[in-house]
Parts: sequence; C-alpha cells; structure tokens
Amino acid sequence: MIELMLSAALVMFGLAGAIALIRIIIGPSLPDRIIALDMIGVILVSVVAVISVILNTRAFLEVILILAILAFISTIAFSRYIERGAIIERKRDR
Amino acid sequence: MNVSGIAEFIAALLILVGSMMAVVSAIGIIRFPDVYTRSHAATKSSTLAVLLTLSGAFLLFWINQSFVSVRILLGIAFVFLTAPVSGHMISRAAYRRKVKMSDTTVEDELYDVLHGEGKEREK
Repeated sequence: MIELMLSAALVMFGLAGAIALIRIIIGPSLPDRIIALDMIGVILVSVVAVISVILNTRAFLEVILILAILAFISTIAFSRYIERGAIIERKRDR
Repeated sequence: MNVSGIAEFIAALLILVGSMMAVVSAIGIIRFPDVYTRSHAATKSSTLAVLLTLSGAFLLFWINQSFVSVRILLGIAFVFLTAPVSGHMISRAAYRRKVKMSDTTVEDELYDVLHGEGKEREK
C-alpha cells in the first residue's frame, strides 16, 4: 500500500516534469523558460526525497539541501542577467 | 491497523497529495496565457508541493527508523524562504524587459513608471 502510493507519487512527479519540459521547449520568452526550470529544480528536490524514502536510506538527504540552494542561486543569477545584462557588476569609481 | 501503520499511511498520503499538487502546478504552467500568471502558478503551488512531500518524507523517516532528520527540516525552511524570492525576482526582470501581458489584461498600474509619463498604451 505504502509502496504503491510512493510509486504513484514518483509517476506524478515525472508527469509534472515532462509538462514543465514542454513549457521550456515552446516558451515564447526567456523568463518563461527560467520559471519552468526553477519548477523542475523544485520537483527534483521532491523526487530525491521520495526516492530516499523508497530505498530506505539516509544517504541522499544532503542532496535535497544542495539542490534547493543551487536552484535558488541559478534563478537569481538568470534574473539579474535578464534585468541588467550582467550578473556581477563592476565598481566604477576606484 | 495499529497506530504506526496509520501514521505511515498519513505520511504517504501527504507525499501523494504533494505530487498531485505538482501536477496541478505543471498544468497551470502550460495553460496560463502570459508569464506573470505562469509565475503565479509555478511559485505558489510548487512550493506547496515540495513542502508537503518533504513533510511526508520527514514523517516516514521518523516513524520507520526513529530518525529525526534535521536536513529535511532545513530543506523545508529553505524552500519556504527562497521560492517566493526567486519568483519575485524573475517576474520583476520580465516586467522590466517589457515582456508582453496577455490580451485580457485590463490594469497595469506601473505602465507610466516604466514607459514615461503620459504616454497612451497601445492596444
């Protein structure tokens, strides 16, 4: 019963990732694609949690934190690039 | 069915509801007309999905192995803090790059700020 529910959850996460991948492919503007990529990162965090429950191991729990931090930093970097054209700005007066 | 069986069932049900919420969020991201409504769908409901799933995983580890995972709690707190911030940043970048809204939009209060005072919006 529990294993069936966890497997169904994995299938649904795969479905959600596939739909977000469609949005990445057909997205008309760059922010659409970045929103969909951010969502895929969040889905991947959940998938790692479910897989570590299924395999009954604690070895993957760091991966959750690392993936969340990487998804956040990449989204912030991309949005700064879209907004200003540079991710890290130079100092002018020196 | 004893108490730990019931608790395990509730935790698995949390994970299942979280996955359904992820599918709802993905349907929203494919069906909505412009980038702002898509950001609305993606940010809120996928945050809720990952919160429910991580809570279910935390409960399952707690019940099965009597192991309180601080990493999952930190992951919940981190996702809950950073997902709205990244949604805000990407929506603001899209607005400043003048990504078009959908045709059914009736109100844009920042139009004068972005395009200069007193210019009529073309429709």
